[in-house]
Amino acid sequence: MEAVRRFISSFGLPRLLITVFLLLLFAVAPMVGVDLPSSLSDVLIRVGMNGIMVLAMVPMIQSGCGLNFGLSLGVLAGLLGSTISIETGAVGMAGFLTAILVGQGFGALFGFGYGKLLNRVKGGEMMIATYVGFSSVMVMCIAWVVLPFKSPTMIWGYGGSGLRTTISVEGFWRHILDDFLAFRLGQGFKVPTGALLVFLLVALAVWAFFHLKLGTAITAVGLNPTYAKASGININRMRIISVMMSTMLGALGIVVFQQSFGFIQLYDGPLYMAFPAVAAILIGGASVNKATLVHVIIGTMLYQGILTMTPEVFNAVLKIDMSDVIRVIVSNGMILYALTRTMKVAK
Amino acid sequence: MEPILSLRGIGKRFFANRVLADVSFDVAPGEIVGLVGENGAGKSTLMKILFAMPEINETGGFEGTILFNGHPARFKDSFDALDAGIGMVHQEFSLIPGFTTTENILLNRESVNRSFLVDIFGPRINGLDRAAMDDRSRKAIAKLGVALDPDMLIKEMPVGHKQFTEIARELCRERVKLIVLDEPTAVLTESEAEVLLGTLRLLAAEGIAIIFISHRLREVVELCDRVVVLRDGRKIQDFPARGTSIKEIASLMVGRSVEAQAKVDAESELRSVNAGTEGERPILEVEGLWVDMPGETVRSVNLLVRRGEILGIGGLAGQGKLGIANGIMGLMPAGGSVLLNGVPLPLNAPRAVLDRSMAFVSEDRRGVGLLLDEGIDWNIAFTAMQVQDKYVRPLLGGLFKWRSDSAMVQLAQEYIQLLEIKCTGPKQRAGALSGGNQQKVCLAKAFALRPDVLFVSEPTRGIDIGAKHLVLETLKKYNHEYGTTIIMVSSELEELRSICDRIAIVYEGRIEGILPHTEPLEHFGILMAGADRDERPAPAGGES
Repeated sequence: MEAVRRFISSFGLPRLLITVFLLLLFAVAPMVGVDLPSSLSDVLIRVGMNGIMVLAMVPMIQSGCGLNFGLSLGVLAGLLGSTISIETGAVGMAGFLTAILVGQGFGALFGFGYGKLLNRVKGGEMMIATYVGFSSVMVMCIAWVVLPFKSPTMIWGYGGSGLRTTISVEGFWRHILDDFLAFRLGQGFKVPTGALLVFLLVALAVWAFFHLKLGTAITAVGLNPTYAKASGININRMRIISVMMSTMLGALGIVVFQQSFGFIQLYDGPLYMAFPAVAAILIGGASVNKATLVHVIIGTMLYQGILTMTPEVFNAVLKIDMSDVIRVIVSNGMILYALTRTMKVAK
Repeated sequence: MEPILSLRGIGKRFFANRVLADVSFDVAPGEIVGLVGENGAGKSTLMKILFAMPEINETGGFEGTILFNGHPARFKDSFDALDAGIGMVHQEFSLIPGFTTTENILLNRESVNRSFLVDIFGPRINGLDRAAMDDRSRKAIAKLGVALDPDMLIKEMPVGHKQFTEIARELCRERVKLIVLDEPTAVLTESEAEVLLGTLRLLAAEGIAIIFISHRLREVVELCDRVVVLRDGRKIQDFPARGTSIKEIASLMVGRSVEAQAKVDAESELRSVNAGTEGERPILEVEGLWVDMPGETVRSVNLLVRRGEILGIGGLAGQGKLGIANGIMGLMPAGGSVLLNGVPLPLNAPRAVLDRSMAFVSEDRRGVGLLLDEGIDWNIAFTAMQVQDKYVRPLLGGLFKWRSDSAMVQLAQEYIQLLEIKCTGPKQRAGALSGGNQQKVCLAKAFALRPDVLFVSEPTRGIDIGAKHLVLETLKKYNHEYGTTIIMVSSELEELRSICDRIAIVYEGRIEGILPHTEPLEHFGILMAGADRDERPAPAGGES
């Protein structure tokens, strides 16, 4: 009994419940006529789509800036990258890389300003980040209309100016990673090798970064800023680096997302992009001030697993669409849980 | 005369830690009693007991009895004590800045115009009778013998007037028989302090008893009828102030331990092997240093540190001794001039100071000294890694610096052995270690830098005797083996005298004097109490 209790407290009750719930869904799925192989395949594809954006949470958590509720800023940088890439007309890998590179440039720029701002509000980063995310999306809503894009793929058919709300990347770089080295097992089970490989590669790079002297310094800033200062670390610079990294990962993440999803979503598309990523890393077991790659990988799989499986099973059983309700409950509930847990520690 | 207050065998322990034992003394009406003692001697605990502060009851009450006005008094809370006729003037002001003098003096005891609405809404709805209030506060102010403006806002007042307002507030209570003043002159200028002392004499003449707590022994000797000296929670002496001297009180305060003196003498030959001579250029030259450290303000420190010596910095809490180390190391805003080996040292730049081969062991172990959630290896190696690129492997021709976990573990193991750190291994979380072992980790962190100059701040605070001894021995050994100049800040004079060559005493943000460790204790005591210049012992071998 004691062992069970200890296991639950170390694994975390919500994480345990979600795991059990997910396993239950998998167990029930074949009985209600859901195609399990294709569902599993969906889960993998979604992990590849969303993984990097979850990874984007890690640098800021490590540096003590908390959860990056302003991930939308990175997403916006990525959107600028993709739209500019399409404007140049580059297709295939060239277009995809252009989107990433331009996105990284904007990500670095936005991240620097965002980092400067967060350095002024130490202690209240997460709240400020949320508003940075929301307001920057709204500012860009204006920008998408007035920016001088010309490519007929992207602008409204009538009027001849302003970008559309959704832009297809069909013919540009759709599924460029998902289809790379992809293979099928049996009927419906397809593994998106390329996307998963890129996710793991980026994860490895983040892991390696935090094994460098610089990464170690950033971690120390997150653990105890005064300790870091006494060791001669420039706290503000370290925080800015971490925020820039987070924003740039967000920019990369959205481009990878688009190649799999097939569309660029503008206007208020990025508005709630941060919340699923925040929820995923928290489900993985991260806290507001500690996150590892294990948290990222487990969290992404659990969260995306729930997201994929719930509608399939519920639709089959109840004939109603509960997916969005479950998604909102799980992601916001998880965020709420994690935040209350830190309050307790802080006391 | 019947004493207004008698304390009989007062004792207090906070769990296993005894802070007061068998303290008894009387205060007669109209008498001024000076209560003196070092920090931690038990003065404030005694006053907290008198005022029935909640932390006393929460930690198991106290021993002994208090007789007030001839009756045993067990106040339930501070309001009870106030009602009985005891007034308290705190060191920190408890005034409302946006209220006038009158409003502050009469807060919660205002004169009111009764209105019929009271029957419906209760006494909170009463209107204020401004004229009567004005009258009452003017009377209270008149007793002070100082011209306070009753209508001035507190925030616009000079510091001295705030202090007088506090006293007026206590005076204006009816039936006030005893006033306790805790360091009332600490924030006052000399002339303001003079006026205050005059006021207190006036009050005493009216029959009000006064307990005067102060570190300024000159004032105590001048003002008080009787002096009670506390040391380590015990009453050491209770004698008439007339005919005593600052020197006598000071030596009673710090105590005179024959044993410790003998130990100091025996070890004295050991220490000066490395210490440079007076003629040599000092390794560290500090001039006009000010440091804005909350509660430990440094105003203007001039200090020369000889190469290879162990210099102690002592003084009472709040006088600025901690500020010196924190300021030079760049952790607190500072100004002035600091030369290391004759070359100016940039202030407010922790990295630049570390680059110049200086290191610091902070007094705030858990806040500044450690990464509580990381292992011993990280804690020890981190600073050396960041500052000196130790424990890293260059990758791709030095483009990346890869952290070498194995080198860090090896380093940690080395110091675990050397300093006898009790732990389960190099990966144990620093937060899980005991205080003494945490301190050793902090020292190891500084040693790993191989510094030329090492600042150590309160190295033995809150650790047990065994660990204390080992920490001091380690410092001494390090000084001998590597010739490291060590500047040790501590509030324990005995400890400073046991390892330092010279000891500088800080008073009110300035170096009051520097004495060799062989000087008798009372000389240090006088410097700590900020004695007048003519009473200071001749500075033997010290510069200030």
